[in-house]
Amino acid sequence: MLLSRVADALYWIGRYLERAEHIVRVVDVRLDLGIDRRLGSDRWNFDRLRASLQVPSGEGPDGPAALVEAFVFDVTNRNSVASCITQARENARQVREEISSDMWQQVNELFLRVRQACASAPSTRPHFLARLVIDGIHLFQGITDATMGHGEGWRYLQVGRFLERAGATALLLDAHFRDTPVAPGATGDRSSSVSLLRSCAALEAYCRCYTADLRLGRVAEFLLLDPEFPRSVRFAADRVETALQALARATARPAGGQAERLAGRLHASLDYGQVDEILEDPHTYLDGIGRHCAQIHAALYQTYVGYRIESALSA
Amino acid sequence: MPETAFSTASGLFAQYALGPAYDEMFGRSGDPHPHCRALCEDLTGFSAAELRRHQAEADRAFLTQGITFTVYGDEQGTERIFPYDLLPRIISAAEWQVLERGLTQRLTAINLFLKDVYHEGRILAEGVVPRDLVQSCRHFRREMRGVHVHRDIYVSIAGTDLVRLEDGRFVVLEDNLRVPSGVSYMLANREVMRRVFPGLFERYTVSPIAHYGQALLATLQALAPPARPTPTFVVLTPGVGNSAYFEHAFLAREMGVPLVEGRDLLVHDNIVYMRTTAGLRRVDVIYRRVDDDFLDPLAFRPDSHLGVAGLLNAYRAGNVSLANAIGTGLADDKAVYAYLPAIIRFYLSEDPILANVDTYLLSRPSDRRYVLDHLESLVVKAVGESGGYGMLIGPHSTAAERDLFRRKIEAAPRSYIAQPVLALSQAPCFVDDRIEPRHVDLRPYVLYGANVTIVPGGLTRVALRKGSLVVNSSQGGGSKDTWVLKE
Repeated sequence: MLLSRVADALYWIGRYLERAEHIVRVVDVRLDLGIDRRLGSDRWNFDRLRASLQVPSGEGPDGPAALVEAFVFDVTNRNSVASCITQARENARQVREEISSDMWQQVNELFLRVRQACASAPSTRPHFLARLVIDGIHLFQGITDATMGHGEGWRYLQVGRFLERAGATALLLDAHFRDTPVAPGATGDRSSSVSLLRSCAALEAYCRCYTADLRLGRVAEFLLLDPEFPRSVRFAADRVETALQALARATARPAGGQAERLAGRLHASLDYGQVDEILEDPHTYLDGIGRHCAQIHAALYQTYVGYRIESALSA
Repeated sequence: MPETAFSTASGLFAQYALGPAYDEMFGRSGDPHPHCRALCEDLTGFSAAELRRHQAEADRAFLTQGITFTVYGDEQGTERIFPYDLLPRIISAAEWQVLERGLTQRLTAINLFLKDVYHEGRILAEGVVPRDLVQSCRHFRREMRGVHVHRDIYVSIAGTDLVRLEDGRFVVLEDNLRVPSGVSYMLANREVMRRVFPGLFERYTVSPIAHYGQALLATLQALAPPARPTPTFVVLTPGVGNSAYFEHAFLAREMGVPLVEGRDLLVHDNIVYMRTTAGLRRVDVIYRRVDDDFLDPLAFRPDSHLGVAGLLNAYRAGNVSLANAIGTGLADDKAVYAYLPAIIRFYLSEDPILANVDTYLLSRPSDRRYVLDHLESLVVKAVGESGGYGMLIGPHSTAAERDLFRRKIEAAPRSYIAQPVLALSQAPCFVDDRIEPRHVDLRPYVLYGANVTIVPGGLTRVALRKGSLVVNSSQGGGSKDTWVLKE
């Protein structure tokens, strides 16, 4: 039994921390690569970064320094790393009695350190902040798994985290493959493939699976359809489905509710997906995943958080 | 033991001056009280640098644990730590026993008084407490007349403010009977003290206080409506913007019960429900940290977003219990306070164990004349206020401030009381790299359920500004760990 408001807050802690980690990785990797690249392809790289952060073309920061400022340090941008950490911590503050003290202290400590780093922003290297954020979030996740019961509340953290991951990874792939139709066996631009994999912390895992022979089709397949790599879309969809099934059981709801049905369908489409088919029209497929994630979010909210009182009273 | 006179004129204590006020560590002769001797010796072994390091560790611990309060009126919603003084304040076992008996007696009488006033009104009929004094009280709730309160427990949680006079006697300064706060700081101070200063505990047997959460839950269990065998308990908070939010979350976690906001609750057919992921769930006992005024927009302030529409009716129907009950603020009105000794005698036929501070009621013409003639030497307080607001401290006031209060008193004499300026006791504090005396008070927390429980300890609040007598956290106060010795 969990208050609806608490469930909502836990879900958003999961989402915001995942979002912070994703953004900081993407920015860190892309700008790191930008250092020694020629201007033309650098521009290509930068535009992909903008697209994966959902900056509309013709708007927003134009140039690496401005982009770092806007998406890492700027607390007035709701999608900056600093904002995501602040919002995760604010949600945690509102459910302090539900999470363990160790979890609260970790997210509070992370918030305080990020805030301090942002206060001295010009002298803080983005890479330093990236390390701080990634380590801090990993520590939080470890503490969460080790000190919180893996019950209903924990499942909401899971749903938030993996639903965010599925959507963000699909968006990243969409930005990458959008306007370059690819033959699955093509090698493509090696360094942009490396950068894509590193943005998902997947380079080493990819190499263990396929060797360092980078092919666009395999890269897409790995990030989208690999069943074991924790940052692939399929893996994330599996976790979302598992968590939603557990939530339905925990609240004694009849099986096959809207949220689980949608999650199951997403998971199945990835289980049986074929990378050759997907790459025929990557944008339609990847955009569909994003919309699917939004529907799962809406169904989850309808079922557990924002339901109508009248229907609950008559039940 | 040979008489080794403790020399206060050395090291960190070099600037330590004994004044007219009672000192919590030293007797009039300059020697430490017997129960403070070991602590005093330990403290002289520290250098300023060591204490500074401990202080930094303690501050850091409060910050990372998020033990902070929100400063009202601050646009950025800055969270501050509650200033913490490193040096513990010690209360001997014998002193504590008196406090325990006195507080139990007082709260017992207060509950009998509230029951009486909201039912037959015997004490009013017999003229022991004037009827118009009660009925003109801002916190008197007509809605509560004739309402049966389970077990007749109106005040389940009190946080009584005590001060020590020059002669070392504890007296009651205020009864906080609505939503007293600060207990989480009492507990956090001890935790932090154990962490940064474990050595100091070695020579003492300090009574534990960590079981406060269990004691509070047991107290709430006594309030559960009898028809509900497996009751659901919640803590109701105004929300994350409230200055005591940390405490609300802390107590909910200590008790293992949900922390709810008004928007999580609803009333249907006089039954209170909370909105959960598994649908609506009935709520039986609410430890509410929301004032009466904001509890139910249908019954009290209609602009309140913090409460639950229909809660009062659910309460009157006996379907939910509240701790504290509605309308308990009547008994901590500062004018009613003046009658507390008479109230104790009336219901218990006993003399009060803990005395009151002498209080002038400005509704009485003779008192009023005296007070208006002596404003510069008295403290004037608004009867319905708390937190150190609405006060005039005569000796520290300007002629203009006194004129303002004079006009206020003449316009609404019932709204004010006056008391002599008290020399609150002083205790050693670590300030500016040395140990200096600062004025302190004591707020123990009294729980009234199936029986009375007082966790041995309390919140010692410190007026950190030199010479100041105001200990409120909103006005530059801090706190320190409070040890009650086990013999």
